[in-house]
Amino acid sequence: MSNEWPLWEVFIRGQHGLNHRHVGSLHAPDAELAMRHARDVYTRRNEGVSIWVVPSAQITASAPSDKGPLFEPANDKVYRHPTFYDIPDEVGHM
Amino acid sequence: MPSLPDVMTPDAAQLAQAAGGEGRAPLETGSPEHDLFTGLTRLGDTTLILGHRVSEWCGLAPVLEEDIALANMALDLIGQTQLWLGLAGEVEGRGRDADALAFRRDGWEFHNLLLVERPNGDFGRTLMRQFLFDAYHLPLLKALEGSTNPRIAEIAAKAGKEVAYHVERSADLVIRLGDGTDESHARMQSSLDALWGYTGEAFIGDAVDARLGEAGVMPAPESLRSDWDRTVNAVLAEATLERPASDFAHKGGKQGRHSEHLGHLLTSMQWLQRSYPDATW
Repeated sequence: MSNEWPLWEVFIRGQHGLNHRHVGSLHAPDAELAMRHARDVYTRRNEGVSIWVVPSAQITASAPSDKGPLFEPANDKVYRHPTFYDIPDEVGHM
Repeated sequence: MPSLPDVMTPDAAQLAQAAGGEGRAPLETGSPEHDLFTGLTRLGDTTLILGHRVSEWCGLAPVLEEDIALANMALDLIGQTQLWLGLAGEVEGRGRDADALAFRRDGWEFHNLLLVERPNGDFGRTLMRQFLFDAYHLPLLKALEGSTNPRIAEIAAKAGKEVAYHVERSADLVIRLGDGTDESHARMQSSLDALWGYTGEAFIGDAVDARLGEAGVMPAPESLRSDWDRTVNAVLAEATLERPASDFAHKGGKQGRHSEHLGHLLTSMQWLQRSYPDATW
């Protein structure tokens, strides 16, 4: 429907030092109201210290039908995982 | 047929005892405790009735995002009510807690402003009522932060953060709708005209207000007017809405004289506790 408000994607940073994470989407007529709606809809339980809102139309997404060519070639390339090294015990958890 | 208690006789002593109270004598009218109790119920009843009004939108707002925003605000107001009425119950010292005061009093014992019992009307009218109240609520809480009563100052500081957001939100939406389409402009102007006569009550003090003001417990209502005027004039100008010229003010809510709308609201708000006293989850 053309008279519906555009869709926005909402990203919240839960704590200082962490990344913003996608938490969902909402409708709003502009960025200012999208921010306010994000505050009202997604931070009710003290979830965030920072909010990003992005117009969904601005996101370029990979097509589900391209899944094969995009991702499957990586399936059998185990050598890309850094698991072929002996890690000295002193290094501890990596 | 079982005999029912006479609903026209508010028997506070009996209610207090039923609620585990000490059955102390009622506060003496004109005493500092009675003034404080009255002042606190004016604050708590106003946030309670507005919170209930706003909660009536739950599930009905024009868009999901606004529905949630309204519910959040209703909950903020009801949270503030718990603090104000909780303190009022302590001051009264007769065993009534916030719930007893909210659900077991009748209309004439409520001291809320008439503005907040006005029916919701359409979404625009609800927002206009909210803005006209928020523009008063914020300076009120700022002044209460300086109260000589530390409990009041504490509650006001906590509530002030919530209300700073309320006024930002309601002012913005009044501007958007006032300066929006012909239809939204007309609805906002008619809401403003219809509610205007209920805004003045907040700034008219009585003897209780005067004594509380003198003691530095609560600000004199008249002292909040200039802040309110400034906010309202600025927002209405940006919203291209015309401030009504009349300064006629309906009054009586703070003294317990209400419009017919409060009774209907209480009937639905208090139904559960009236029908099943002391029911718990």
